[in-house]
Amino acid sequence: MSLAHRIIPCLDTDGERVVKGVNFVNLRDAGDPAALAARYNIEGADELVVLDIAASRDHRPTFLETIRRVAAELAIPLTAGGGVANVDEGRAILRAGADKLTVNTAAIRNPALLTALAAEFGSQAVVLAIDAKRVGDRWEAFVRGGSVATGMDAVVWARQGVDCGAGEILITSMDKDGTRSGFDCPLTAAISRAVSVPVIASGGADTPETFLEVFRDGHADAALAASIFHDSIQGLGALKRYLGENGVSVRQTG
Amino acid sequence: MNIALVEYGAGNLPSVERALSRLGVESRRAASPEALADCDALILPGVGHFGALMRSLGDRLLVKPLREAVLRGTPLLGICLGLQAMFATSDEAPGDAGLALFPQKVSALPPVDRLPHMGWNQLRRARPSKLLEGVPQDAYFYFAHSYAALDAGEAGVAYCDHCASFVAVIEQGNVFATQFHPEKSGPVGAQVLSNFVRQAGGKG
Repeated sequence: MSLAHRIIPCLDTDGERVVKGVNFVNLRDAGDPAALAARYNIEGADELVVLDIAASRDHRPTFLETIRRVAAELAIPLTAGGGVANVDEGRAILRAGADKLTVNTAAIRNPALLTALAAEFGSQAVVLAIDAKRVGDRWEAFVRGGSVATGMDAVVWARQGVDCGAGEILITSMDKDGTRSGFDCPLTAAISRAVSVPVIASGGADTPETFLEVFRDGHADAALAASIFHDSIQGLGALKRYLGENGVSVRQTG
Repeated sequence: MNIALVEYGAGNLPSVERALSRLGVESRRAASPEALADCDALILPGVGHFGALMRSLGDRLLVKPLREAVLRGTPLLGICLGLQAMFATSDEAPGDAGLALFPQKVSALPPVDRLPHMGWNQLRRARPSKLLEGVPQDAYFYFAHSYAALDAGEAGVAYCDHCASFVAVIEQGNVFATQFHPEKSGPVGAQVLSNFVRQAGGKG
């Protein structure tokens, strides 16, 4: 008996439709978020993430409606985020039906935001999302959808974010994102060693072996992927059976 | 069947409402002492902070009516922080009194493994359980918490292990509670809610 490793499909949206791209660019339409959510809920996803990667103020009501539509399909936890800059925006996302919210750019600018969100909603509802890219012998945190370098060491920032109140880290490797070449195990392991909270690995998901690697070598508590699930390249049931057969504790479904 | 969800300004009422509605069970929200008095069963959902929950119940004058409903025999289901609120005190808010349906306390889980305890875990059953009827022994439930009751005496019917052994399911007379979130635990969670509804006299 032990805590299961989670498999988390991620819906990157423009606020309304699921979109996808490689290395954060060349976005194209990949479907209706609520329809995909319903599918993953049945197929055995352990959790779902829905992000507004456009995160423009004008589209916020549309995204909140998307969260409502997605939440209505789920009997599993939902994490949502994109451009959350203050407690009121966080509250709106949770009220719309998310159980947890992700923060990224605004938290780097103002780490006290994590403290305020944790005080209001509890650390278990605050996920610090970090987009990291290899620069020399370390990983640097980027913001604004991966377009702006911060100069901050991603591992140092993860530890500071947890000290400020984050209850979970979602670490995305920008080098691996969209490449289907495997997760960034060294990055994930470095973050995992640095913090005491659960770590979700993101970017580079491909075969079941790549998930096994990120759990075994990257010490991830959860692994997130988008296109391999959206395009039915990888089924959730088959993935979990493979992991179970290889000694990874997972919640088998169906 | 008249199930009321205790509304105290926080928590995760919509997801519990949706989970009940999938079972064909209608619920309503109860935010006043009168509303608590007039129902067949009560659910106290909860996420957030023990002190904030107890103060919010206090501000709405709901603490005494909740205790009275339990004494009258109204079935009550506490979920997550709703389970913790049933205890006398919590490490999370040492100055705030809980509902004290159970004399023990809620403790901070010792940091020997990752915290918060976040994700799907299995249960260790100690006594026959009505809430877990029909649920496979190895089923996984969704947890998201850093505090837990380590002991509930005879009322503890199932436990979970993460950082420490803690109470995952409570049953004593008409009082039921789960540290996990049945409304977020897929089909087995729906079974637990359905079992509660049946205990409360509904069709479930």
